[in-house]
Amino acid sequence: MNETMFGDLSGVREGLAKVEYLADDGIASVVFLAERLGKPVLIEGPAGTGKTELAKSVAAMSGARLIRLQCYEGLDEAKALYEWNYKKQLLRIQADRGVDAEHEDWVELQDDIFQDEFLLTRPLLEAISAEDKVVLLIDEVDRVEIETEALLLEILSDYQVSIPELGTIMASQIPLVFLTSNNTRELSEALKRRCLFLHIDYPDLEREKQIVLTKVAGISENLAEQIARVVRSIRQLELKKAPSVSETLDWARTLVLLGIENIDVEQAKETLHILLKYQSDIEKAAKELTVEA
Amino acid sequence: MLDLLSGFVGELRNAGLPVSLTENLDAMEAVKHIPIEDRDAFKYALAATLVKNEQHWRAFETVFEVYFSLRGPEYNVGDEEGNGEFDPDSLEEWMSQQMQGMGGRGGGQDMSAEEIAEMLFRALLNADEAMMAAMARAAVTQFAGMEPGRPVGGTYYLYRTLRNLDLDGMLDRLIEESSQRYDGEMTPLAERLEREEFENRIEQLKREIEAEIRRRLVADRGVEAMAKTLRKPLPEDVDFMHASREEMANIRKAIQPLTRKLAARLARKRKHKRRGPLDFRATVRRSLSYGGVPAEPRFRHPRPNKPELIVVADISGSVAAFARFTLHLVYALQSQFSKVRSFVFIDGIDEVTHMFQNEEDITNAVHRVNTEADVVWVDGHSDYGHAFGVFWESFGKDVNAKSTMMFLGDARNNYHSTNAWVLKECQKRARSVFWLNPEPRSYWDTGDSVITEYSTYTDGVFECRNLRQLEGFVDNLA
Repeated sequence: MNETMFGDLSGVREGLAKVEYLADDGIASVVFLAERLGKPVLIEGPAGTGKTELAKSVAAMSGARLIRLQCYEGLDEAKALYEWNYKKQLLRIQADRGVDAEHEDWVELQDDIFQDEFLLTRPLLEAISAEDKVVLLIDEVDRVEIETEALLLEILSDYQVSIPELGTIMASQIPLVFLTSNNTRELSEALKRRCLFLHIDYPDLEREKQIVLTKVAGISENLAEQIARVVRSIRQLELKKAPSVSETLDWARTLVLLGIENIDVEQAKETLHILLKYQSDIEKAAKELTVEA
Repeated sequence: MLDLLSGFVGELRNAGLPVSLTENLDAMEAVKHIPIEDRDAFKYALAATLVKNEQHWRAFETVFEVYFSLRGPEYNVGDEEGNGEFDPDSLEEWMSQQMQGMGGRGGGQDMSAEEIAEMLFRALLNADEAMMAAMARAAVTQFAGMEPGRPVGGTYYLYRTLRNLDLDGMLDRLIEESSQRYDGEMTPLAERLEREEFENRIEQLKREIEAEIRRRLVADRGVEAMAKTLRKPLPEDVDFMHASREEMANIRKAIQPLTRKLAARLARKRKHKRRGPLDFRATVRRSLSYGGVPAEPRFRHPRPNKPELIVVADISGSVAAFARFTLHLVYALQSQFSKVRSFVFIDGIDEVTHMFQNEEDITNAVHRVNTEADVVWVDGHSDYGHAFGVFWESFGKDVNAKSTMMFLGDARNNYHSTNAWVLKECQKRARSVFWLNPEPRSYWDTGDSVITEYSTYTDGVFECRNLRQLEGFVDNLA
């Protein structure tokens, strides 16, 4: 594998910071290790904490191409791995027939139509066979059924794909692989064993503030601090869905647009719907913010 | 190093974490790439390779702290000093350096309680982390009164230390101080946020103190012994009946995905089931293209089968802790299934479906069930027989082939009549009948437990004392 894409640990951090992703120690260490060990990373955590964003940022930082496979229920081999382009194969057979009908050797024909030329590469195979640097993102892997999960195992452990008609395709270089999961179901042990595990939780106060500062243009430090504090305060309530980082950012942008410099209760209540998406949550938070005073 | 790591992995396994051989090897490999003096990176490297479930993080962290806290210096400087031994001298020295940094107050151990409190106050006010850590050490030295070899748990020392520090008073003072600093009147929101900030810092301080006590205990008793005393059940193994508040909160969080899974299980079953009966008309129509030969039989689409859930839960005193959990489970189920009817009973029975339906907030709903539901008939001691009898009389007609019934309770009937025929009737009519029992299997049928009598008329009785077992139940359902 290409030696040390990132140099050392702090290199990872700085690199990610350059593409506006603020990694904490855990994230940086795992990304660093993933590259060193050549192992896939399984990222878990609540929605909207930057799991997908991490993969994108790593791609951006290392100048690699991002190949994304969005998982959904019913995803199968043909859409994830490869598929034979049977229309083209059919054309090939027909074209042959026109030229010389005597040479209708079946074996020859079979060899002929099962070649790279007739193979449609899907994301997984594409990532394996790519010549340039790639980052493979397998998004929301918990959405596929357990049976489909097994498809991934060969790729994740050996970085190869076996195609019965062609043989095994080995990766020319080991791509960085990220899998994300919202934990709607338990992933299989086999999959977990092959991956490094990273849990991304809601950021702590300081980091959230920094994220707001980097991502939202024209925000003052004071406001960012207040935003981070209010959001933390809301997360402590028992809600159906706690505000995610992306929602914090939306809120911060709104406040900046409204030209608010100091958040007071009234303004907070009026803009709560950006932070929270359930009516009951909004009511509860509004009540909490007023009463507690 | 190798020995240390394998001891560490062994302890993780003892604590119940499933660590496979390959993961172990990965960890060894990973550690090679990490600059050894970076303790945090070392920790995350181990975590990423060994812990594959977020719920296990806490257990991992505890074991890590025990195994690697004292040995820190060994990696740092490379000399053999501090080799598992707690070294008070260097600590003191380091502390007095810290003090001097703060303006010449010296004296390490000799500080009075007031001085410590004062320094702590300032550290908390300014969020000075190094200072907080130093004060935590000083406080433990001063107040915990730790003696080597004394067979008391860490919680005892923690309690002694915290009692002396009076952190609640500290919190009030902090808020007062900061509001004085604040120019102008503080808005209520700002005050609230400020309070939370300080609470957070104090929480951090408590953790620091706890860690400090643990470090010293490890030095005193050795790693293995300490790891053993700190071993706690993993979240999925916590017994519902004896869960602490905090554990209960964790369990609650885990229930939601589980019910989603349950719903998915029941839904998947109908998706994967064989196709419907032969559609004669469509088959004949198809056969036209084969010259009248019905070469391609067509089938009707099976009618989508919407699972209906009927939950009957015991909320009497003997299963109080379990009942709390049960209510949360019922609430979560209600959000996943289109049709759930819930009943609670002690010796009377009452339907509580509406209480869950109109209530967005689970705590309110539980409160309403506990106060408003009419479940006491005579004396408020469990009477399954009577409750079931009334259930059948009033709601029996609603049980039909679509319904899946779940009974939750310990079947401790106080020697009343069982009325097991109700279950028999239910089983005849319902799609399936399950019983979840929160008692250990070995207690079943002892005393006034009549679980076997009921179990003959169910499709399965499951011991359900922790999340793992509940998950097993859900998994087996399909």
